[in-house]
Amino acid sequence: MALDRWIALIILGICLIYGYTAWFTMDAQLAPFMKRNPIWPSTFPKVLSVLAMAASLIILLGLEKGEQKEADIDYRRLGEYHLGQAILLLLLMVVYALLLRPIGFLVATSGFLILGSFILGERKWHIMVLVALIAAVFVWYLVQQVLGIYMRPLPGFLGG
Amino acid sequence: MLEGLLIGLQTAFSIQNLLMVIAGCLIGTFIGMLPGLGPMSIIAIMIPVAISMGDPSAALILLAGVYYGAIFGGSTSSILLNAPGVAGTVASSFDGYPMARQGKAGKALTIAAISSFAGGFIGALLLMVFAPALSSVALLFHSAEYFALMVVGLSAIAAFAGTGQVAKALLMTLLGLIMATVGEGALFNLPRFTMGIMDLQSGFGFITLAMAMFALPEALFLVLKPKELGGDGGEIKELRISRAEAKAISPVIGRQSIQGFFIGVLPGAGATIASFLGYAVERNIAKKEEQEEFGNGSIKGLAAPETANNAACTGSFVPLLTLGIPGSGTTAILLGALLALNVTPGPRLMIDDPQIFWAVIMSMFIGNLVLLILNLPLIPYIAKVLTVPRNYLIPFILFFTLMGAYIGQNNATELLILVGFGIAATALKFADYPLAPLLIGFILGGMLEDNFSRSMQLYDGVGFIFERPMTLGLLVIAVLLVIVPSYRARRAKARQEGVAEGD
Repeated sequence: MALDRWIALIILGICLIYGYTAWFTMDAQLAPFMKRNPIWPSTFPKVLSVLAMAASLIILLGLEKGEQKEADIDYRRLGEYHLGQAILLLLLMVVYALLLRPIGFLVATSGFLILGSFILGERKWHIMVLVALIAAVFVWYLVQQVLGIYMRPLPGFLGG
Repeated sequence: MLEGLLIGLQTAFSIQNLLMVIAGCLIGTFIGMLPGLGPMSIIAIMIPVAISMGDPSAALILLAGVYYGAIFGGSTSSILLNAPGVAGTVASSFDGYPMARQGKAGKALTIAAISSFAGGFIGALLLMVFAPALSSVALLFHSAEYFALMVVGLSAIAAFAGTGQVAKALLMTLLGLIMATVGEGALFNLPRFTMGIMDLQSGFGFITLAMAMFALPEALFLVLKPKELGGDGGEIKELRISRAEAKAISPVIGRQSIQGFFIGVLPGAGATIASFLGYAVERNIAKKEEQEEFGNGSIKGLAAPETANNAACTGSFVPLLTLGIPGSGTTAILLGALLALNVTPGPRLMIDDPQIFWAVIMSMFIGNLVLLILNLPLIPYIAKVLTVPRNYLIPFILFFTLMGAYIGQNNATELLILVGFGIAATALKFADYPLAPLLIGFILGGMLEDNFSRSMQLYDGVGFIFERPMTLGLLVIAVLLVIVPSYRARRAKARQEGVAEGD
């Protein structure tokens, strides 16, 4: 089964859960006076769940025929592309998200930019470090001073 | 109208807004040139900046500048490298790149710049005429018609999606609508579908979603498959064009700016379709000997898509500013930014906030002028951007998406949601699902439900569909828009070519 039909199956599953919530569990929490209203919070989701299920079934069962387009990237040969780099970068983003608050903006950001270039194969450390530090300080200044949004610059134990 | 023009001029010519136009155009040109990064990702990245400025006119001027700057910049890489920066400029490379190969890169860039300028300028003129007219009609609309109109807009996007894609585009739109129901609805103040997670109480963040749908997958695609930048455009010299050439392209520019504009107005058909169609139309009506030239460096073949895509960009502002219904991914992002700034685009915009409406139009004239006089001489230098090593570029793009999501919500959980949605969006992109309908559905979802609920309450049920002929008519059009193309596709699947790419 092709990837687009797998995705349709997953979306169908999501719609089933969504539809079940809308049709069977949501109305129980409704206050009695709201039941006199012609529209309930669940009305719109009910319609949507039915339509979305129909659309995903059309894709899943292959009812709409279309020619195979030459995709930019063929997922069947994913291994031939730089998959490792992409996954490492995504992991790096997760790590950044988790560490941003504890170790502060400046450290996290320069670390992210340096490691990001490193993953992509850059080895000129002096340029990498310089670019990352300048960018981190510059963006921090913009966000903190110009936009006025507080971001802790340094790790907590340094009093940032 | 004259009064409006003066208000617009006054607002647009403030120092701040002039700087915004220039900054927007330069940033847009810069990013638009980089192959693989479309106007949607760069606008998504710019949104947090625009929103924190707090001034809706300035924000919209900046983002609009980025939009047409990106389309302008995309043509540079199309011509010099045969690597279109944005989907809307693919057609420009058909004739632009051969010209560059023949050593006429400078001339090609000049023609592209002039055509873009003319397209944008005439588009803005048409916008000035048509937007007020349309919005005075739109003022007669009732919430029932608004609901129906949004349904038409959403189904038109599915209808224009191309062969074999209608169901996918439809499913993505519905998924966007479903995602919009997460969180507290305006009409009920009841948390829905939050699964008990506090962070979802206010719904998904629009900026996070925009970043995850456009910027992140595009960056990941650049990582997975680096674009070849080996093309040799030769040296850029001889920016001048002769009088005969100017005479040859001027009718093309005239026709294509009008055609492109009206294609841009249609929901779902944006700069990409306009440029392909413009190219095809001009090739068909050209003289026999000129037809041979198309594809081998014809100046008409370059001027047509360049004019059409810029005019279509401007045209796509018509439904956004007059009806508050975005027709493309880019205008959907602009709508989201305006809503975040507490401005509701729609027919009341011209009455309630005339300075925004007119300032944006005025800034389009200024922006196109800026692109022409500032960028044309600078192009040889700006083209050097194309040599920025991707090892530095990609971490920065990823960092800006993270920053945008973080600034929007000030919440580190948002970053995890961003990465999760980004992976999902990349998978969807692999499977050739269009992503723009999802975002349009997400942004329109709240308004759609509000208008639906309001008409339901006024008519105490679904009676409004049958009692209001216009609502019924619009809904019938919406259904036909979805059914007819899929029916036609089933019948004539053999000789089809689908031209659909988000823009």
